[in-house]
Amino acid sequence: MQFLSYLISGISLGSVYALIALGYTMVYGIAKMLNFAHGDIIMIGSYVIFFAFGSFGLNPILSVVLSMVVCTILGVTIERVAYRPLREAPSLAVLITAIGVSYLLQQVAQLLWSANPKSFQSIVAGVGLQPLVLFDGQLTISAEAIVTILACIVIMVALTAFVNHTVPGHAMLAVSEDRGAAQLMGVNVNGTIALTFAIGSALAAVAGALLCSSYPTLSPTTGAMPGIKAFVAAVFGGIGSIPGAFLGGVLLGVIENLSKAYISTQLSDAIVFLVLIVVLVVKPTGLLGKKVNVKV
Amino acid sequence: MGEMLSVKNINVFYGSIHAIRDISFHVDEGEIVTLIGANGAGKTTTMHAISGLLKLKSGEITYCGELISKMEAHKIIRLGLAQVPEGRRVFSGLTVQQNLMLGAYTRRDGKEAIQNDFDMVYELLPRLKERRSQAAGTLSGGEQQMLAIGRALMCKPKMLLLDEPSMGLSPLLVKEIFKIIRDVNRQGVTVLLVEQNAKMALDIANRAYVLETGTIKMEGDAHELANNIEVRKAYLGC
Repeated sequence: MQFLSYLISGISLGSVYALIALGYTMVYGIAKMLNFAHGDIIMIGSYVIFFAFGSFGLNPILSVVLSMVVCTILGVTIERVAYRPLREAPSLAVLITAIGVSYLLQQVAQLLWSANPKSFQSIVAGVGLQPLVLFDGQLTISAEAIVTILACIVIMVALTAFVNHTVPGHAMLAVSEDRGAAQLMGVNVNGTIALTFAIGSALAAVAGALLCSSYPTLSPTTGAMPGIKAFVAAVFGGIGSIPGAFLGGVLLGVIENLSKAYISTQLSDAIVFLVLIVVLVVKPTGLLGKKVNVKV
Repeated sequence: MGEMLSVKNINVFYGSIHAIRDISFHVDEGEIVTLIGANGAGKTTTMHAISGLLKLKSGEITYCGELISKMEAHKIIRLGLAQVPEGRRVFSGLTVQQNLMLGAYTRRDGKEAIQNDFDMVYELLPRLKERRSQAAGTLSGGEQQMLAIGRALMCKPKMLLLDEPSMGLSPLLVKEIFKIIRDVNRQGVTVLLVEQNAKMALDIANRAYVLETGTIKMEGDAHELANNIEVRKAYLGC
């Protein structure tokens, strides 16, 4: 029973990683860059909820929506100001810029809200959801875990449908395969990349809300570690692949939680990265990564 | 039959290489015009300059009276000027049907009109119909070329830029592709064709320009050029 409980909280943590990983993987697939500031957008989004819901008592759902709006604007602005001018630049320059943006966001947050951790009020509890008690009290599943897992599944299904069955979704797939050819079809590449950042950042806001509801301390570096782990999840599942981000995220969360429970709390991160290395040695494109077939 | 595309004194740099040196040419409505030349003569660069994928250093390009040389690529196609790029560049992870749908990306004239053009393309290229739900990456080279042409036709172009459609295809398939180009032209689409296969290109074209290291060396009636001693020696191998 205890195993089940660890497993479920692992899936819940993994769902948060999956949501963050989606932002990494979509931006990588379409703009061909690693947006290392993605984790810090989560942190900004969480502060928005902290103030809106925690300090001003705004409705918890509305707070999340507000945070999504703020993160979307922030993400699109970062893309416009910092990344778009570097569209033709070598990828190393873009990577370093992204790391710079990441530190900028952390430092600004520290200036505005100080480095002291704030205690975050769970928005799930705010909505009034109760934990689920099963097997005569032997297994308790927190409402946060249930909401997180459900939210992740709904978002995955919706996003897959959007990409595969709508015109802007097809434009995204086209840009991700061949930017020049997509332009020749009339696809506005800059617009498509901006849309990708908008979607990724909105998902980051949701991920932040869920993450801080389960792990309620919020500081300017809150987004950094989950950001890196979600990046690992994206690589693990096969960067550029949406189902890969989901699978990678969930597996990562489960491995991390089970190793914390059964092996060692201190070693859990090391085990996570060890598994990543083993997977990449065996399958360098990640679990669901595409093998690129070029036919001339 | 007026002038449809006019290229005036354009210069294009490819990095630090001066790839196109002050060339001018024009294409009239309804014509097939071909640019022939060896590898590295600047044919593809010229095509990219017209479709907006490359920017000009100087000179101007007008299409149907509109200055397009400062326009972004995704806007140029809205004017009905479509390019079939070198190496086909179909979206290999998408199905044939989805590729054609992307060809119609710019269109806002309703589902019915688009469906009509699907039927038209499938009639012109029946092999695509058989493979409509197959991923484009699994098609043969000839089929991918057909798909690239069909995809460009889905935007209802007035003019088609074709870049090396014969590349890597067997002689039989090359014949088939050139027959398709002729059929497309007969349906009223003006064609600018870039080719290394000078014989086939001169065969179907009305007029031709010979491109050599970024400049136009010769121009004129396609049949006359096909009989020109210099052209025969350099490009026809006889």
